[in-house]
Amino acid sequence: MQKLTGIAASSGVAIAKAFVHEEPDMTIELKEVQDPTSEVDRLYAALAKSKDELSVIKDKTEKDLGADKAEIFAAHLLVLSDPELVDAVKGKITDEKQNAEYALNEVATMFITMFENMDNEYMKERASDIRDVSKRVLGHLLGIQTQSLATISEETIIIAEDLTPSDTAQLNPVFIKGFATDIGGRTSHSAIMSRSLEIPAVVGAKEVTAQIHTGMTVIVDGLEGLVILDPTEDEIAAYTKKRDDFAKQKAEWAKLVNEQTTTKDGGHVELAANIGTPKDLEGVINNGAEGIGLYRTEFLYMGRTELPSEEEQFEAYKEVVERMEGKPVVIRTLDIGGDKELPYLDLPKEMNPFLGFRAIRLCLEEKEIFRTQLRALLRASAFGNLKIMFPMIATLDEFRQAKAMLLEEKDKLVADGSSVSDSIEIGMMVEIPSTAVAADLFAKEVDFFSIGTNDLIQYTMAADRMNERVSYLYQPYHPAILRLVKMVVDAAHNHGKWAGMCGEMAGDEVAIPLLLGLGLDEFSMSATSILPARNQLLELSKEELATFSSEMLSLDTAEEVEQRVRETYMK
Amino acid sequence: MAEKTFLITADTGIHARPATQLVNKAGQFSSDITLEHKGKAVNLKSIMGVMSLGVGKGAEVTVKTEGSDADEALKAIEEVIKEGLGE
Repeated sequence: MQKLTGIAASSGVAIAKAFVHEEPDMTIELKEVQDPTSEVDRLYAALAKSKDELSVIKDKTEKDLGADKAEIFAAHLLVLSDPELVDAVKGKITDEKQNAEYALNEVATMFITMFENMDNEYMKERASDIRDVSKRVLGHLLGIQTQSLATISEETIIIAEDLTPSDTAQLNPVFIKGFATDIGGRTSHSAIMSRSLEIPAVVGAKEVTAQIHTGMTVIVDGLEGLVILDPTEDEIAAYTKKRDDFAKQKAEWAKLVNEQTTTKDGGHVELAANIGTPKDLEGVINNGAEGIGLYRTEFLYMGRTELPSEEEQFEAYKEVVERMEGKPVVIRTLDIGGDKELPYLDLPKEMNPFLGFRAIRLCLEEKEIFRTQLRALLRASAFGNLKIMFPMIATLDEFRQAKAMLLEEKDKLVADGSSVSDSIEIGMMVEIPSTAVAADLFAKEVDFFSIGTNDLIQYTMAADRMNERVSYLYQPYHPAILRLVKMVVDAAHNHGKWAGMCGEMAGDEVAIPLLLGLGLDEFSMSATSILPARNQLLELSKEELATFSSEMLSLDTAEEVEQRVRETYMK
Repeated sequence: MAEKTFLITADTGIHARPATQLVNKAGQFSSDITLEHKGKAVNLKSIMGVMSLGVGKGAEVTVKTEGSDADEALKAIEEVIKEGLGE
């Protein structure tokens, strides 16, 4: 038995025979054609064939997945009849006597490069559309029989280097039980499609096409991100159980999408989602989040060559608050610097980036960058329930400075006649131990706290969790961490404020009972953790856990705490 | 020849679906149809040409038609734009 590890892209377990979808060899040579007229005819024939195929795919997608998902193929069809493209290829054939394959490849590559170089994400994605379409036409010109995924009619797991939009659209969920790819990440096209088709998938598993051959039995574990090759009888039995258990559990969770989060003793906590871009909202809404607990705005600033404009930021923030329809949306101001670099800011390298010039420290210095973001946030506040929080606050003075700048921008906007909400809550992240220990001082001035556990743990333990030799010190259940959490929650409540958590710990099944007991008001996690957490909370009593959690604060080690939680609250 | 200038008011500008609709409509006429934005003109029958303009919200665009059915073509394009793209 052999296991390959990749990225869990779509949850669930699949067990079936593999079908390896190979990329045909598309080597293209330049040849001089003697009869350009018949070469142009050959081009038209290949275009016509491709159009027929795409029309079929488009209709099928419209029927199976809705008009929305079929739209991409309407655009693909237009590319095939685009006069700019077709005429340019024709020109190369008639004027330069190039063969159709070569001419098409040249022109397509020119368009692909043009779209790839645009500084707009949407346009960049169009480059892969053109690649996908031109590959289809090239296949016909080269006489390559591309295997059709659409004709698969028995239970199959697709193994591929990567899957294009026209590949995934042909997958019939009745027969395609799962897939695994060599490349890609959680947000690549194939990963997103696997989630909307609800097919278990593992992407970025590097060697799947090299190690697996068609007909081999494989298991795709989309929960753990594992692909198991040639499993034994015992493994098949174990994973069949895992698959069925997951399906049952999922059906249970689905019932909770529109429910409030209620504890066994009738208490309520808010389960919110962490997002990076407005694109994540679909998952947030589908998983029944009661709000956004952390919107990481740095993605707006990354992967580009200049700062995003106020207008661009405003549009993004507005979209998020509008689509959340009045539910709370906590937006964190720019958390950049240190290890998260922006090439266009030209920041000096530092010895200790995590202890250096980053987040609010940078924003208080680079005032124009910060003020632009604050204005965009303030303007967006008129469109929903927007809250603002500052990252990496260490001292009260920093919070006061940031808040003062925010209020100044607000006054200016109001004076200019812009509408700005009058009830924006202003809070801070608790990541630096100084703020947890002195939370009572901060609680007087902030509207809320959000505990960022990833950094809080690493700063408390003085251990870089990416450093394997010290990563054992990353101990979320350590009494030291739990005590800090308690200090923050208590300080908030003593001053009539609320406390949330937006680190990975908030969605962790061992941490959830402890955090409920410590009195945490808001748990913000990745969208897919919300329904399991809501389900878990149904069985937990806040009152009972308050006693339990305070006992945990005086245990000796993180291991003891974990063991006690597992014994008492998890089967 | 006929021409008309429009203000794009749709939040997403001329992207995806609206671009597809415009190009499809333009393709139904024999006239040459161009779309101009910021001094750059593209063939309105070309999806890649239209998208490469990157027309955003608040942009002014000019549509020019030239040929036997120029007037009808402009009218049809105008309808598509007013259906949700701009004014």
